[in-house]
Order: sequence, then C-alpha cells, then structure tokens
Amino acid sequence: MAAKKGTVPFSGTKEQEEALMKAIGELKSEKGALMPILQKAQDIYGYLPYEVQKMISDQTGIPMEKIYGVATFYSQFTLNPKGRYRISVCLGTACYVKGSGDIYNALIEKLGIEGGGCTPDGKFSLDACRCVGACGLAPVMMINDEVYGRLTVDDIDGILAKYE
Amino acid sequence: MENVNLKINGLNVTAPAGSTILEAAQAAGIRIPTLCYLKEINEIGACRMCVVEVKGARNLAAACVHPVSEGMEVQTNTKRLLDSRRRTLELLLSNHDKKCLSCVRSGQCELQELCQELGVTDEDYFAGETPHYELDESAVHMVRDNNKCILCRRCSAVCEKVQSVGVIGPNNRGFATFIGSPFDMGLGDTSCVSCGQCISACPTGALYEKSSIDEVLEAIADETKHVVVQPAPSVRAALGEEFGCTMGTDVEGKMAAALRRIGFDKVFDTDFSADLTIMEEAHEFLDRVKNGGVLPMMTSCSPGWIKYCEHYYPDQLEHLSSCKSPQQMFGAITKTYYAEKMGIAPEDIVCVSVMPCTAKKFEIRRDDQYAAGVPDVDISITTRELARLIRKVGIDFRSLPNEGFDDPLGESSGAGVIFGATGGVMEAALRTAVEELTGETLQKVDFTEVRGTEGIKEAVYHVAGMDVKVAVASGLSNAKVIMDKVRSGEADYHFIEIMCCPGGCVNGGGQPQVHADARNFTDVKAIRAKALYDNDAAKTIRKSHENPSIKRVYNEYLGAPGSEKAHHILHTTYVKRTIN
Repeated sequence: MAAKKGTVPFSGTKEQEEALMKAIGELKSEKGALMPILQKAQDIYGYLPYEVQKMISDQTGIPMEKIYGVATFYSQFTLNPKGRYRISVCLGTACYVKGSGDIYNALIEKLGIEGGGCTPDGKFSLDACRCVGACGLAPVMMINDEVYGRLTVDDIDGILAKYE
Repeated sequence: MENVNLKINGLNVTAPAGSTILEAAQAAGIRIPTLCYLKEINEIGACRMCVVEVKGARNLAAACVHPVSEGMEVQTNTKRLLDSRRRTLELLLSNHDKKCLSCVRSGQCELQELCQELGVTDEDYFAGETPHYELDESAVHMVRDNNKCILCRRCSAVCEKVQSVGVIGPNNRGFATFIGSPFDMGLGDTSCVSCGQCISACPTGALYEKSSIDEVLEAIADETKHVVVQPAPSVRAALGEEFGCTMGTDVEGKMAAALRRIGFDKVFDTDFSADLTIMEEAHEFLDRVKNGGVLPMMTSCSPGWIKYCEHYYPDQLEHLSSCKSPQQMFGAITKTYYAEKMGIAPEDIVCVSVMPCTAKKFEIRRDDQYAAGVPDVDISITTRELARLIRKVGIDFRSLPNEGFDDPLGESSGAGVIFGATGGVMEAALRTAVEELTGETLQKVDFTEVRGTEGIKEAVYHVAGMDVKVAVASGLSNAKVIMDKVRSGEADYHFIEIMCCPGGCVNGGGQPQVHADARNFTDVKAIRAKALYDNDAAKTIRKSHENPSIKRVYNEYLGAPGSEKAHHILHTTYVKRTIN
C-alpha cells in the first residue's frame, strides 16, 4: 500500500510550531480537544500534513490513526496545501452536463495530482467546486479570482501557460 | 443493585438497572444476533443486526446499547425484525467480496453464518458499485483484505482500547470509508506490535495471518532436512476447539500424535524451553538483585510486548530481561546442543514452532536470534494454521490416540506448562528463584496470588529476609499503566511479568477465533488457562530446575545458568523504535 504522504515538502517555521504548541497546551486537557486542535493547526499551517499530525499526536498521546481518521472524515480539513494558483473546476449540474468532468480529469492528468492535491513545486492546487454563479458560461473554472468559461479541454494548456 | 422488570417475547424478565436489552435477553436464555458488538470493547450499535421492537418506540432499537427500563416490552424475533436483519445483511453483501469458497474464514465466518440463519437467498440483491482495495501485505505477520471488511470496527476498537496501540481505524467518510493506518501507510510501517488481537476480533475473513503451511509441507518433503516441531504451552489448551472439543479441553496427547502423523522428524515441546527460560531468567533476576542491576526486571517471553516496549517505551529497555523467548531458546538449543549431539549440521535442521501468537512470525526474523549462525527458528505457524494443516493432510483429530513428546527436548515441568496463562511465568520463576534464594525446598509450589485473569495483579513475597514485590500485567493497556509508573519512578517492584494479550498466550492472536456470541458472555481466558493449571497440577515435576532434561543440557553443554555459553546462545538485545 502506498503511503499518502504529501507531494509538497513540508516547510513549517519555528513560529508556526510555537503557535501550534501553544494551542495544544491550551486545549489538550479538555474533553474532545482533537477537533479544535486540528482546526487551530489548519489555521496555522493552512493544511494538515504528516509532520503537523505527528506533532499533535506526540503532544496529546492521541494515536496518529485517530487523528488521521478525523482529518479525513471532515471535509473542512485538508491534507494538502493550496498552491500559489488555486484551480477550482465547477462540477455543478450545468457545468457538468457541459463537460466540466472532462476538464477536471484533463487537469488531473496534466498536473499529475489528484483532486485536492498540490503540485510538488507548490504552484497549482486543484479542487472541484459547486456552482460559481456563472452557469451561462458553463463549463467554468476559476484560477484564484479569475473566471474561465465556455472551456474545452484544448484551452487548458494555453491557460496554464499564463501562470509562470 | 436495583433491578427492573420487563417482558421479552412475552416472558417476564428481571434485569439489573442499567443493563442493555441484549444482556437482559442473554441472561434469560434468549439469543439476539449481533455483528459489530464486542462487550466492553465495541458497543456502538452500528450494524443493526441486534435490532428489537420496543413497545411504544418509533424505530427499531439496537439491543446492544439500548438500556432496559421498568415495564418495557420487547420483541426479539418478529417477522418485521427478521426481515430487517436479512435486509441489513443484503446491504452489507452489496459491496462484499463474496469469494467464500476460497476464503480462509469460510465455515467460521460470522457474516456467512448470519446469512445462512436469516435466509439470505440472493447475495446480489443490492449489487452495485464495488470498490477494489489492494491487500495490505506489508506486515510480516498478517494480511488485511478490505474487500472482505464490513466496517464493524471490532478490530480498531481492540487495537485502541484493549492494546493502547491504535494503528488501525476508519479513514475517509461514507462509501469511501475503509480500515487503514495513518496516511494510508502499510501496517508494516506503523508501530503495530503484531499481536493479532485484531484478527481474533474480526467477524469475517478480512484479517488473517500470513500462512506458512506450505513452507512446513515443503520442509517435510525435503529428505535432506531434519524437521523438528515445538508447540507452545497454550496451543494444547485451545487446538481442540477447532475440532469440536469443549473449550478448555487439554489436547496435548492428540496434538503430539497429530504432529507425528504430519511427518515431523521429532515432536518436541516448547514447554521444555519454557523451563530453560526460567533457569536463565531466575538467574538473571537474582543476579540483578544481588549485584545492583536495573530493577524492576521485566519478562521478555512475549514478542508483542517486546515490540510495544521498543516503540512506546524505548527509554525503558534496560528493564527487559535479556533472555530470548521460549520459542527462540528452543530454536537456539536445537541448532547448537541438539545438532552437535545428533551430528546434524545446523543448516540442515528446520525448526518449526506452533504458537498461539502472530507476533512470533515477527520474532523469528529479529536480529540477534542466530545462535548457530542460522535463524534459531525457521517457520512459525499459529494454532489456527496447525488446525488447517491437520485438516489438509486428512487427519481425523478426534480419534487420534494420546501420545508423548520425543527426547531430549520434549520433557517439561509443570512450571513450563503454565507459561501460557497470565501470571504463569512469574509463578514458574518464583518456584525456582525462591528455592535458590532460601536454599530450601518449597512446601507449596502454588503462588495463587499471581493467578487469575485480572489485567493487573500485585503481590509481595517474604523470601530469605527480603520483600520481593512483583506485578503481573496482561493486555497492553494494562502494561501501559505499569510502564507509566515505572517511567515516573513511582513503581517499586522487583520483578514484573507482562504479556501482550489479555489473559496471556491462551488468549493470543493466533488462537482459534471465538465466535462473538461466546466471547461476549464467557471468560475464554479463564477457561483455557484452567486446562494449563490442571496439566501442571497433574505433573510430578513442577519446578523447572528439577526437569531432568534441563539438568542434562546444563551438565553436558551450557555449564551453569548465565554462563558465557548460555549468554551467547540464549540471550538477546533490543532496539529503540518510533511511534507511527
């Protein structure tokens, strides 16, 4: 079985670690502390990679698997950082019937990452989203705040090339 | 305790307040089927197999978690309930890998049995999307096949609550949920201790040991190999269950007969090397006491416990006895003393062990277990595998005669036999250490204070002017309690016995799986342990140092316990590991 450790090398800072330790210290004696600790940790790091979950486990004595189980159960938690350019492909009804599933799959292939993942250089991250309110332009994707509509798979290379 | 009165299926039933409908029904002799429920371990009311009708309630109630109340009226077997249970099973089967014919658990599978009972006639009734999971074969001792998993969570509850390890659990959500390890790493990369308690808890064929039966048959078929076998003490206390014997039947004689008929060249006994372990361990203990060595000293027979200590208490390893486990001592003495005596090269001997344990499969591959330059033990199989092997070669186990073990490594004392029960190693060690310390013969060899299936036992013995404080723990959550006290300096014990599995080896992860119906309402540990204590009581020699074969090994070969030669062959080292 392939371990699902992140594609992006961990680059936490001393300040982030101190903030996490402080949060754990304040929360860990409470019953049900794991959820607020994970929320804090995600606020601090932006995501919950192996290294962060390991720190939480070592400090609280909660087994790694328990933490990972919670982190993968709730959609509010992510195991991957967001890229400098955050790609969201709309898989809402209108976009989906207009072929946004193909756009999404093409991006998975071109970027070499899974949905929810981030390229190893930290440049692009890919997520699916539901309706950005531009159904008339379906199929639609967004890169950061930029909206791209009436997409075909052939448009993708040209659009990605704009982000250097 | 206060009682409440209720009606189950029209019968008047009295039950303690706070008990569940399931417990009240069980006490009244009414069986309610369960699947995810393990008493005190997994009480989550999730699988909906134990649903009952409670008069006045809107929905069906899960009997395993629903408390009884005064005047309650319960029905456990109406048509509505039987249909609901069958429908639940059909839904479970919708994404289950239904290859029952080749499944290791077929015939003993709780899911299969319930489908039979409740009359599932179309296993594809709800056929739909079936995810395919790769097998996790990363651990040396076992396989996880999530395609056969029903997500009951019995395994992960045992791992976390009983063993304080918690390396498996549900990952993801909804239909994507599967039992796995953190970051989907293989079990072999985690701090799994290889105890196999998850296998014992699994109702289906999703968890099973890696089988070495074919390796055994290949070795036996190889004319150039001298194949010896050593069954552990606990195997004789449980093997019979696989062949329909009542739980707690001691099948030592039939087991020896079966091993001989399978074709082993010599049928020896791990009980012999349990005696040898006591000689070395008692000597090491007295040496630590007299010469200011690290105390408390802790037993090292249980490889699951050793691995747990290495992962979770790497700063406490100096407390562990340096003695190899009885399995390894047996292999080591076979390939040195026995090899020389018989004039056989160690590399031409294949040493097979039959163990109540899956961690033994890990132990045979440890470093520093090569007394003669070759692995001390070559193949380790579980009690379950032995049962499969007996069936495979077509032996009618129940009609076998009782036979004995071969010389010179088959003779044992009662002390060696009780190793399989929690407190047994402590008692065996005390029988030898006390006589050594006082120089007098013990009037009473039973140290009953350390017997019984409680998780933690303590006792103080006044021996030769000193108070010897001992503790015995079984199950790693109990070991954790003791170890935290040792680490903090709060514990002032001299000698601690720790066994990885609750109740000791009789309840090991390689023993016959016990159906949850029996497991939840009988004390399996105590029933199997009694077989060993009865075996001990019936022996004339009950102290390891009085075993004539043990005396001979020291006279002819090792010299004295703790000698340089004994150290080289019978002792080992440990490594620090990390937690994952």
